[in-house]
Amino acid sequence: MGQSIWNSMQQKGYSRRDFLQFCAAAATVAGLGKSGMAQVVSAFEKKEKPAVVWMHFQECTCCSESFIRASHPIVLDVLLDVLSLNYTETLMAASGFQAEKSLNDTIEKNKGKYIVLVEGAVPTHDGGVYCMIGGKTAESILQTVSRDALAIVAWGSCASNGCVQAARPNPTGATPIHKLVDKTVINVPGCPPIADVMMAVVTHLLVLGQIPALDSQGRPKEFYGRRVHDTCYRRPCYDAGLFVESFDDENARKGYCLYKMGCRGPVTYNACSVTKWNEGTSYPIQSGHGCIGCSEEGFWDNGPFYQHLASFPGFGVESTADTIGTVVGVATLAGVAAHAVVTNVRKRRVIAEVHSEEKKES
Amino acid sequence: MTRVVVDPVTRIEGHLRIEAVVENGVITDAFSAGTMVRGLEKILIGRDPRDAWAITERVCGVCTTVHALTSVRAVENALGITIPPTAEIIRNIMMTTQYVQDHVIHFYHLHALDWVDIVNCLKADPKKAAELAQSFSKWDKNTPAYFTEVQDKVKAFAASGLGIFANGYWGHPAYKLPPEVNLIAVAHYLDALIWQKELVKIHTVFGGKNPHPNYLVGGVPCSINMNEVAAINSERLNLVKRLIDQADEFLNQVYIPDLLTVAGFYKDWASHGGGLSNYLSYGEFPTKGYNQPDSFKYPRGVVLNRDLSHVYPVNATDSQEIKEYIAHSWYSYEKGDSEGIHPWAGETKIKYSGPKPPFVTLEGYEKYSFLKTPRWKDNAMEVGPLARLLVAYASGRTDVQELVKATLGKLNVPVAALFSTLGRTAARGLDAALAMIWLKEYYGQLMDHVKINEVSTFNGQFWEPKSWPKEAEGVGLTEAPRGALAHWIKIKNGAIENYQLVVPTTWNGSPRDAKGQRSSFEQALIGTPVAKINEPVEILRTIHSFDPCLACAVHLYDPQGRHLHQVSFE
Repeated sequence: MGQSIWNSMQQKGYSRRDFLQFCAAAATVAGLGKSGMAQVVSAFEKKEKPAVVWMHFQECTCCSESFIRASHPIVLDVLLDVLSLNYTETLMAASGFQAEKSLNDTIEKNKGKYIVLVEGAVPTHDGGVYCMIGGKTAESILQTVSRDALAIVAWGSCASNGCVQAARPNPTGATPIHKLVDKTVINVPGCPPIADVMMAVVTHLLVLGQIPALDSQGRPKEFYGRRVHDTCYRRPCYDAGLFVESFDDENARKGYCLYKMGCRGPVTYNACSVTKWNEGTSYPIQSGHGCIGCSEEGFWDNGPFYQHLASFPGFGVESTADTIGTVVGVATLAGVAAHAVVTNVRKRRVIAEVHSEEKKES
Repeated sequence: MTRVVVDPVTRIEGHLRIEAVVENGVITDAFSAGTMVRGLEKILIGRDPRDAWAITERVCGVCTTVHALTSVRAVENALGITIPPTAEIIRNIMMTTQYVQDHVIHFYHLHALDWVDIVNCLKADPKKAAELAQSFSKWDKNTPAYFTEVQDKVKAFAASGLGIFANGYWGHPAYKLPPEVNLIAVAHYLDALIWQKELVKIHTVFGGKNPHPNYLVGGVPCSINMNEVAAINSERLNLVKRLIDQADEFLNQVYIPDLLTVAGFYKDWASHGGGLSNYLSYGEFPTKGYNQPDSFKYPRGVVLNRDLSHVYPVNATDSQEIKEYIAHSWYSYEKGDSEGIHPWAGETKIKYSGPKPPFVTLEGYEKYSFLKTPRWKDNAMEVGPLARLLVAYASGRTDVQELVKATLGKLNVPVAALFSTLGRTAARGLDAALAMIWLKEYYGQLMDHVKINEVSTFNGQFWEPKSWPKEAEGVGLTEAPRGALAHWIKIKNGAIENYQLVVPTTWNGSPRDAKGQRSSFEQALIGTPVAKINEPVEILRTIHSFDPCLACAVHLYDPQGRHLHQVSFE
């Protein structure tokens, strides 16, 4: 309790060099650059539990609910020992101006040192009147809290890509956080994100003392680098051409591939089939329903959900995967081979991206 | 006279603002405002009706699953689909699971801090706390060592700034619990935070994840196969059994005893917060299918004027029964803002006419909320666990009557005590206890079905859109944990033509109707004492007793046009 990040890292066997690397990464995320390094180092040497504020905008609170479902670590330990969550409308004791005081005090007293976690999109139409808290618009609150933040995490698809309120015709102008703030935002999409993924992002940041490596969409590669399809335990059924043709048919009862039932696993980057949900209990496909692709931008408009992927065009690289789907019905082996080629193309591209990023960093 | 503003109201789902007029230490008028909209009903139009469950489920992640269930019922009702009995049992298992988990979270994490002074628990004697806890519960964690450990945790936490507990109304004279009871409640607050993640694994078994498990029009997506590892099999059913047993123990050894103990110190709140005197329940938990509401565990009906000798029938398809008003809401209707409209004909034109943000008060504005105002036969209705119990009680359901009477007896309060803030909070506990009994019953039924291999979980007869009529309309009625929930759908040429939701917090938290009648929140606040206007914990007690869910309540929108002060859409 009351330990600085540096102390905590020392105990865990990290060197001073590791610590400084962490500070540099943190300064970059905070938009402070090299000139802000000293400030960040000093903050992490002296600071007690990092101050965290959790903002709620256009959302359904499923991200908060998911967060408290985490099993390793459990949310109680995180709240008591890892961070100081000073503002979250879902759990905080204070209401009204006492709640606003908690928020204002936190950002005033921890300039450049606090973490902002955002749940929800921000409506930008009509002066922002479609989400107001304490008489202020969500947009103005976001600008205020993000100004001096050390890091910003966008929880869930709402904050990362707009999610359901941004689905056509996006009536309120729901906008993801990264489009509104002038800083790096760590996107953790999903509706909601998996509890233990959320916890892992928080601990990666605060305990491990590192900014997780992000992909081009700002998502931690650790959890969003692989497709649900590629890590799915039903993948061998896909490869063998064994498909569910109708819910609860004989094939469904044998746990065959749900591709023909509209499964979005082939176009969805998430950890569901590896990390699974609720302490590894299951994930959608294991429980008989296709993936609806809830962590992908625009997934609500990629419907209808039960129409299988091949039947609608326009997926960029993935349109090739759709074509494979069509082929699969008649010639599985050819489809799988073609699929492997696509995967390798992607792999080479990803490797190239990583190399160029590494060059930039050094 | 002072106007007290509470915004944000925290420990709820969503964005709620309360403005209350306090005169001589008592609330004389109140205004409840929902201040966020997303426009989901607009987004639903034109989509595949089979997808609607997923979209509407995202209305709320706290009451996850309830909109999905209501949506598949609405679509099945429109298309004439009957689901297999085994699928109905699995849906019932998921819904009773939601009741129990949701109510426990509400009691400890959303409501308890209105009654429990967390800082005061530092003054408690852990040994006395253990003795007291053991006197009303067999929970094996209730030991002196355990309470000492919790106290140490709180002490260290207080020293580091209190985090989520900072700036609470600690030390307020309205807190009445002895330090030992505060300590017990705080310990169980922490335990419940650990516990709540367990029971919902039942959703994960049958629906793949929680929050937001998967549903399916025509049944449930999971298949049962006792000879297969990749289906619901013995291992999965054993897991569900263990989760149920764990929850049963927590409910009966922790939640209910704590609820009764805390309630015993706040009997004065049995005379505050009564609010409306009309109660609506759609009924829930089919035993012979959704189309036979007479056989539901909770009956459908209305109680008027707190008269428990009569129950009025409810018909959600009758255009004269349920109507939504917008006289004080940021919307406009074609035929004028004093009209009431049945949801099947629902209009959704938003017209924000409130102050330009940032603003200090909504005082002086005729319209003050993004919530519409639903009415049953022009009566304002309370919905929720209390309404469910009262309609069941008045309908002569003996299981409910016995449980209610026994609880009132334990607290030594009359039946009239139910019509209050305390009554509402106690009713939620009884609601959870009943749901727990039924959850165990449904599990037994599921096992019986498995034994005789009656395992069909899906009726695909009308799955394909080509099997649907050119036009269809349906309504799905549900009792969500927070109360009466309904979706009305119109389907045309295989796509959603219109979709309307009227949800529990719209009933309870809406602004006045065209006649000026207040809804539940506003009415319940009238007469509530407020000891310190800068620390209005009393307002939170009554508002939280309804378990508000604002994301559910506000969902309408129709876009066009852009104005800053006055936004109007045609």
